[in-house]
Amino acid sequence: MNWNWSVIFDNLPQLLEGSLLTLELVFASVLVGGICSIPLAIMRTSDNWLVRGMPLAYTFFFRGTPLLVQLFLFYYGLAQFEAVRESILWPYLREAYWCALIVFTLNTCAYTTEILRGAIQAVPQGEIEAGKAIGMSRFNLYRRIIMPLAYRIGLPAYSNEIILMLKGSALASTITLLDLTGMARTVIARTYMPIEIFFAAGCIYLLLTFIFVQCYRLFEQRLLRHQRISRPA
Amino acid sequence: MRRIALFMAALLLVSGSVLADKIRIGTEGAYPPFNMIDKDGQVAGFDVDIARALCAKMDAECVFVTQDWDGIIPGLLARKYDAIVASMSITDERRKAVDFSERYYSNSLGLIAKKGAGIDPKNLSGRTLGAQRATIAADHASAMAGSDAKLYDTQENAYLDLNSGRIDVLVTDRLPGYDWLNSDQGQDFEFIGDAIDIGDQIGIAVRKGDKLRERLNRAIEAIRADGSYDRINAKYFPFSIY
Amino acid sequence: MFDLQGFGDQLALGAWMTLKVAMGGLLLGLLLGIAGALLKLSRRRALYAIGATYTTVIRGLPELLVVLIIYFGSAGALTQIAGWFGYDEYVELSPLAAGIIALGVSFGAYATEVFRGAIQAIPRGQIEAARACGMSGAQTFTRIVLPQAWRIAIPGLGNLFQVLLKDTSLISVVGLEEIMRKSQIAISNTKEPFTFYFTAALIYLSITIIVMVGQRYAERWAGRGMERRAE
Repeated sequence: MNWNWSVIFDNLPQLLEGSLLTLELVFASVLVGGICSIPLAIMRTSDNWLVRGMPLAYTFFFRGTPLLVQLFLFYYGLAQFEAVRESILWPYLREAYWCALIVFTLNTCAYTTEILRGAIQAVPQGEIEAGKAIGMSRFNLYRRIIMPLAYRIGLPAYSNEIILMLKGSALASTITLLDLTGMARTVIARTYMPIEIFFAAGCIYLLLTFIFVQCYRLFEQRLLRHQRISRPA
Repeated sequence: MRRIALFMAALLLVSGSVLADKIRIGTEGAYPPFNMIDKDGQVAGFDVDIARALCAKMDAECVFVTQDWDGIIPGLLARKYDAIVASMSITDERRKAVDFSERYYSNSLGLIAKKGAGIDPKNLSGRTLGAQRATIAADHASAMAGSDAKLYDTQENAYLDLNSGRIDVLVTDRLPGYDWLNSDQGQDFEFIGDAIDIGDQIGIAVRKGDKLRERLNRAIEAIRADGSYDRINAKYFPFSIY
Repeated sequence: MFDLQGFGDQLALGAWMTLKVAMGGLLLGLLLGIAGALLKLSRRRALYAIGATYTTVIRGLPELLVVLIIYFGSAGALTQIAGWFGYDEYVELSPLAAGIIALGVSFGAYATEVFRGAIQAIPRGQIEAARACGMSGAQTFTRIVLPQAWRIAIPGLGNLFQVLLKDTSLISVVGLEEIMRKSQIAISNTKEPFTFYFTAALIYLSITIIVMVGQRYAERWAGRGMERRAE
């Protein structure tokens, strides 16, 4: 095997340009998905089976099927219907960028909902009872007691979900988007050197994951600072 | 545990001890009518028929391997197969990586758009162009549209998006375009402007220095001479495409 | 429910291929996971480093990239290795084999952490007791540690298997004719993407449900020694 370094350096600017799109897709979908998951997670812990069941059907579908199928179903599948092509949503749905963003958001939201539900259910009953005992409204109970505790419990699992989303975003390349993987495949189509270019792309993904994990650790430490045992100086 | 390991090893390794006369043909399987996969999961099409005829002339056994288009040359170089019969244009760029046989058909490019959309093929600014990634059509689309051409994994997916209106103009090889316009999906579409003749010739790619090239050339000559080429041609097109 | 226009058989074949590649990936991944856990629990720094590199690198790479690298890179690497052993022949991986390896390597990296946690959860005293009875290190591992580690590991492994099942769809990009690939072939013949991608989604959902049920049985089986205490 002849290893060709120059092809990596020559095409690095393009790969970095692709990385920006990757980051943009991941950041936007995680942000919106995270916000949407809050009401859904609370619904999932409801005592009413109907309220509990509706988000379950949604999370079950999105967690039970491959992201690739969801992406293709949404991008190529929906366009099969005349009604979709004439709807007011079409200007967005015709763009691969928006399709990817919507599917990634729905996907990460489904996973986050279940992580958050688990965390809400893990909040100690005593804390909730104490909140009720001092006369907190339901809204305050969630705002001040349940959600802050649930976030701390769910933090480690949430970090994994974000990393999975970062990796899953590589699938955007299958619907014409030039994210990091899409750029890599385009460069390979020109240079016929898959191993070198995929190696370079792999290194960039590893770097992104590494930076994210370090940042997240700092963030986690800050959120959990009250739990740190202060050592005598 | 050891038995499982042995079983796995046996399962995984496919020895490539290529039998003397077994030629593995790489094709895409998503480019009708040249190469596609039918209802029974078998490869079919003009390329496939030609490859079979060539193998018959060479007294070789042909095995078909399907591979996504943008990995088709890397796959040849990685020895996943020995020859690419997949409507590949002979270009200088590709010549740097592979050797080509003599042509087995000729091709020109064309633009397809919706009937009555009034698109001027001379002025395409503001229109969304599409093509299949890693093709000469893609190079043209990018040149005509600036950097905004949408590139697809397969020609099939490009047709789907032409149908749904995600792209206004498809830049494509004329012959598969001709076939698509004659299908149900292509009824509302038409070629716009003249054929773009770039002297494009379609050949069979083999690894650099592979002796298979000469054998293929002789076989192409032979099927041209004995009429089997014309029979295959007539099955797909009412005019000669050589 | 849908008119599959004669492609039902092909989809069924695709589902069977998906199951094959998933089971192969699971087997390989379990072996790699156990090996990885032993490496990461090793007191030798070099062994630990191997295990840690494996999990860090694989868990940081997109699965799609792992699939593509193994498919395109394996042939060169294998031929090279065969060369060292004096074989001049060309060796390569079929798409099925490349798929099994890619999924197994991926699964193994995550399973390493699951097994490591499970092994660490086994009380130290039991291992010491086994060694005191005169069992060798290997005997202690297969008789004392592993049977108990399974029970703790199965829920985690079950979740990983569901991930692996979905990742099988990625192998379609290297030409393995599993559910996704078969759907695409059907679509190119019928031009009905929604019908076939939705059918594919339903097939994946049904397999997921079967796996979930299987997981529940496996948990019960692995925990059968614990039942009395579960009152």
